[in-house]
Amino acid sequence: MKRELLKFLAFTVFVLLLPLYFQGGYLMNVLVFVGINTMLAIALNLLLGYAGQISLGHAGFFGLGAYLSGILTATYGWNPWLAMPTAAIVVGGLAGLIGFPILKLKGHYLAMATLGLGIIIYIVFNETVDLTGGPSGLSGIPNLAVAGVTFDSDVKNYYLIWGFTLAVILFSLNLANSRVGRALRAVHDSEVAARVVGVNARILKVQIFALSALLSSLAGSLYAHTMTFISPASFGFNFSVELLTMVVIGGLGSVYGSFLGAALLTLLPEFLRAAHDYDIIIYGALLMLMVMFMPGGLVRGIPDLFRKVFKKGGGDSHA
Amino acid sequence: MNIRILSFLFAALALLFSTNVFAAAPIKIGALFAVTGPAAFLGEPERNTAKMVVDEINKAGGVKGRKLELISYDTAGDATKAVQLATKLIKDDKVVAIIGPSTTGETMAVIPVVEKEQVPLISCSAGSKITDPVKKWVFKTAQNDSLAVGRIFDYLQKRKQTNVALLTVSDGFGASGREQLKAQASKYGIKIVSDDTYGPKDTDMTAQLTKIRGSQAQAIICWGTNPGPAVIAKNARQLGIKTPLFMSHGVSSKKFIELAGDAAEGIKLPSGKVLVADQLPNSDQQKKSLLSFVKDYQNHYKAEGDHFGGHAWDAVMLIKGAIEKGADSAQSIRDGLEKTRGFAGIGGTFNYSAQDHAGLGKDAFVLVEVKKRDWVVVK
Repeated sequence: MKRELLKFLAFTVFVLLLPLYFQGGYLMNVLVFVGINTMLAIALNLLLGYAGQISLGHAGFFGLGAYLSGILTATYGWNPWLAMPTAAIVVGGLAGLIGFPILKLKGHYLAMATLGLGIIIYIVFNETVDLTGGPSGLSGIPNLAVAGVTFDSDVKNYYLIWGFTLAVILFSLNLANSRVGRALRAVHDSEVAARVVGVNARILKVQIFALSALLSSLAGSLYAHTMTFISPASFGFNFSVELLTMVVIGGLGSVYGSFLGAALLTLLPEFLRAAHDYDIIIYGALLMLMVMFMPGGLVRGIPDLFRKVFKKGGGDSHA
Repeated sequence: MNIRILSFLFAALALLFSTNVFAAAPIKIGALFAVTGPAAFLGEPERNTAKMVVDEINKAGGVKGRKLELISYDTAGDATKAVQLATKLIKDDKVVAIIGPSTTGETMAVIPVVEKEQVPLISCSAGSKITDPVKKWVFKTAQNDSLAVGRIFDYLQKRKQTNVALLTVSDGFGASGREQLKAQASKYGIKIVSDDTYGPKDTDMTAQLTKIRGSQAQAIICWGTNPGPAVIAKNARQLGIKTPLFMSHGVSSKKFIELAGDAAEGIKLPSGKVLVADQLPNSDQQKKSLLSFVKDYQNHYKAEGDHFGGHAWDAVMLIKGAIEKGADSAQSIRDGLEKTRGFAGIGGTFNYSAQDHAGLGKDAFVLVEVKKRDWVVVK
């Protein structure tokens, strides 16, 4: 436990000091999105990595949070600090309700159901033009502000977003190491066995699904208030797949893995921009190689790689 | 343990970034186009054109002795990416003006960034809310949808055809067109007797057309981009619908005629003048620009220049115009742009002012008809 805490503190210091290095360049802006994506990847990882339940509709929950926050503040003039938790509770509640029937499904069927859910939400964003502004988007969403300070620059947003992200990381680490976390892993390994030892698997799955949606919604609200403009294209099926890729590439069932996955998938396109038209090919090839040679994700693959390099193959692969 | 490795990786990656090379002399112009993704049909000709025009300007010795440098990024039609790249153009590449993005959604997302950083943006997308209300740093070259709608309604009004059926695609382009069609109808004494939509990926619209056939419609107006409208043209022919069919400027390229084949015959649509450049009278102010654009594009890319590329042509030329008058910073280019009067470009004749950052009048569009697989101006 103490080691976990030290790890978290080191990570916090790293996050807090990073802006000093970049000094307001455009990468600050990208790092804001790394924060948002980290939050999303952790939300999905709690569901997929710990509880073993897949979701291909998380971009939908992300979008719901963004739109609820956006509409409540831009159209109805709510305070963003009030709109954010409202959106999170509504989306979490909604996910809980939908979770009951959906989470009875397993494997491919669950993937299909969540896929459908994501697409339905996407269609609603597009078609309810009077409410959401339709495909051309919703603008005029206010920035968050606290005690006279408005979060309207990249550096300010960086600290805002990462403040939330660090809180989510700490919360998730605690959850993973708690009784609930162990129960989740039990459900992941064998639902029947988990039930036999007294875990209410059904309720637990719904709870974690709702929690995951709630965190995604929170990330969505933060996205809306930093971008100040949202359009449905950001919340489509592609983004659900990208989130899934972040979780898998980073490492299933690892909170820091979610950060690595989110950071890699958000930053990689920026590094590869130098390769011009070939960037997509290199991007695809890199992802393929990573999945082939680091099946446990970056969080396990990188230490393995180091061990292999420095100890000449003495590493034990526990991936 | 992992953290140490992680921070090492980060430092290594960060080093890659710090090796940016800065060239001093040329004037840097940024460009954001959706070269890949669903809006690639806009972004690709736009990027090609912008590159072509900048190359030609430089070949001719630049503007006032200074070369232009175009730094172009692909947004893939994604608003988040557009915002990141706009920030990159401004903070890292230090451009003095930005051309693009290609779609209204991306433009709306980028506006807060350029307004805050005070860099002029010339958008290549059509949405009227981009410049209405006027934003200090935002201009656009694409014609407002309202102008295209006005062209069609004008024509119908003259022929006393008052009942129309709408069939619009459910994306940004269709939604904006539908809004304008409904808003302007009463002004022209036109009644909308049927209002249907179709999905951007739909492959059969006979259901909607059958419904329209049963209505009192004297004209069908379809608002969409390829390939949907071509499917509608074919379906209408299969159903034997004789009601005149109108399309939007979203399909005003040869591609539409290729897709729709014989079913395209007789379809009318409002279009930028670029499609019919050689049919224009010599008195037309735009003719010289149009012909040179069409010829250059043919030479460079062995393809037909369309009005999407024209938006980028206009944007580069407008900036060039401002630089010629002595501007070289973001502030002075913005001020120069606002003083543009009577610039005959591809999209129309531009007259910017402090109250109008769209700058085009109704004459930006002509009504064209498909005859023998080619475009003919409707008199």
